[in-house]
Amino acid sequence: MSEKAPKPSPPSAPYGVMAEFASPADLMRAAERLRSRGYKNIEAYSPFPIHGIDKVLGHAGSKVPWIVLMGAVTGGLSGLALQWWTSAVSYPIRVGGKPYFSIPAFVPITFELGVLFSAFAAILGMLALNKLPQPYHPVFNHSRFRFVSDDKFFLAVESGDPMFNAERAERDLKDAGGLNIEVVPA
Amino acid sequence: MSTATMPPEPREMVPDDPRRRLTLVHGGHSFADITRMVCAPVEEPAPLGWWVGFGIAFACLGLFLAMVIYLVLDGVGIWGLNNPQGWGFDITNFVWWVGIGHAGTLISAILYLFRQKWRTAINRFAEAMTIFAVICALMFPTIHVGRIWMLWMALPIPNWEAIWPQFRSPLLWDVFAVGTYFTVSLIFWYMGLIPDLATLRDRAKSKIRWMVYGILSMGWRGSAKHWSNYEKAYLILAGISTPLVLSVHSIVSFDFAVSIIPGWHTTIFPPYFVAGAIFSGFAMVMTLAIVARRAFRLTDIITIDHLDNMNKIMLVTGMMVGYAYSMEFFISWYSGNPYEMFTFVNRAFGPYAWAYWIMISCNVLVPQIFWWRRNRRSIPVMFVASILINVGMWFERFVIIMSLSRDFLPSSWGYYKPTWVEICTLIGSLGLFFTFFFLFLRFLPMVAMAEVKNVLPQADPHGHGEGGVPAGEPA
Repeated sequence: MSEKAPKPSPPSAPYGVMAEFASPADLMRAAERLRSRGYKNIEAYSPFPIHGIDKVLGHAGSKVPWIVLMGAVTGGLSGLALQWWTSAVSYPIRVGGKPYFSIPAFVPITFELGVLFSAFAAILGMLALNKLPQPYHPVFNHSRFRFVSDDKFFLAVESGDPMFNAERAERDLKDAGGLNIEVVPA
Repeated sequence: MSTATMPPEPREMVPDDPRRRLTLVHGGHSFADITRMVCAPVEEPAPLGWWVGFGIAFACLGLFLAMVIYLVLDGVGIWGLNNPQGWGFDITNFVWWVGIGHAGTLISAILYLFRQKWRTAINRFAEAMTIFAVICALMFPTIHVGRIWMLWMALPIPNWEAIWPQFRSPLLWDVFAVGTYFTVSLIFWYMGLIPDLATLRDRAKSKIRWMVYGILSMGWRGSAKHWSNYEKAYLILAGISTPLVLSVHSIVSFDFAVSIIPGWHTTIFPPYFVAGAIFSGFAMVMTLAIVARRAFRLTDIITIDHLDNMNKIMLVTGMMVGYAYSMEFFISWYSGNPYEMFTFVNRAFGPYAWAYWIMISCNVLVPQIFWWRRNRRSIPVMFVASILINVGMWFERFVIIMSLSRDFLPSSWGYYKPTWVEICTLIGSLGLFFTFFFLFLRFLPMVAMAEVKNVLPQADPHGHGEGGVPAGEPA
């Protein structure tokens, strides 16, 4: 949204060049085309996930599952440790002739804590990998970017790309069918 | 393929010709139409009906607070509980509300894993219902303990007496299960909301809205990387919520099944409770969806096909609870245990026979009408049925708990009657639920826009989406 942040003074290097597309199919075609021209740092923006675009853009798979696995193991182990320490070490009481460390009775809470920690790991991992919360980002400077959460699709050629050149990027995006092409300040 | 041309409107989600796939959203809407339709209730002034509904719900919430304050000041003696009837309305309401919550998780998690794409229209709605129902559920054990300022003793908090909770008790498992369930449901719901909150942020006309939705959406910008991590996290949350929801009502049933009370001490309880939970939860989703889709003009998104599908699920789960009722009887006979046999005969023909037969009529007989397609697609029929089913499911828990009134010792038998306080607390908990729900309808998008857009035919990035979802699409 353009009024979101004060327009920064024209910087030496822009964030990149962004173009708008009307449909997922157009975006996909354009992404394929830019990749085939050798661009490395391009990113797509869309109102919903577009399956298969990660491969086209050359993104690696998400690391969220590993974070969740760590959460699950931590949660399960801490659940079991909590029950063992409180029931068998700190305050042992014999109930119904069961051993102090009665594993079958400790399964439910071990499981629940494993799930609880996994859920936190999933959302916090997702946010961390996406670097959220992030109130300001240069892509919001595109004058029509507010439609990305409605029905428009955007492709950004970032200035970090080894072959970045603003004019050429504009031309390539235009060739690929991009509309409302803008050089976006960082 | 930017235009939203669509095939003629299909009549059913499962067509007679199985090679044909059909569109889930009716009316040939574009992405922007979906945004506009879903955002309208949040952005336009509330209709009069909303104010009336909210007013009634809020008044009931006041009643609830008054009853809780009375209870805290006076003690649980103001309820009709006594020995041997130590549980009454309180635990009935608790189990009922937790059960209602379960349909939300079924829709958001289990149907997601099964790739049931029609769920996208109702999952936000149902997840919200889950959260509010679990809040209501948590109220009852909380106030049931009597001295609620001692509630912290259920949690493993180091204290001056150096004692710890009893981890071998199902009641403590319940604290962890329902607590985890609430937290995970809230996380799942909030994560699903982030992209839609970004939509509200980007459409905001006023500074305040823009700031509030901007903070809540955390700067979401819908990049491919965002979506990749988001979808993976969503899939995992669905994956862990599935065993979680099954565990939660299983553990709720352990509150009963781990005891040695005749009629409670049975291995069928966990699956039977889970099926009943899904049954009543779908009924509640149905009741709410029928009204909300009409009031907020979302009939093209929450279509008659969705309601038809939900009615089929209610028929199936209704049959499951019917099976469980008959199997309980069979096992009590087959066990040869006179106490077990007495309990079940007493349920059907004893002092609480009226409640038992309300349960059977509402839960087993009423859903049978959904064998007929005409009933599955009739709004008045399903509206009445959904309410009756929730009445029936409330009575199911009541019937189970009333087993306490005739225990092993006939001299201690009694007849539990709720006091006016208990009845007002139940009505008040409905007020709590609906207050949250009305606020949700007004301030958050009630349909998951990003997900619904994704099931439109024009969302297919390979451009051959004209005929609906392509067959064999792995998603």
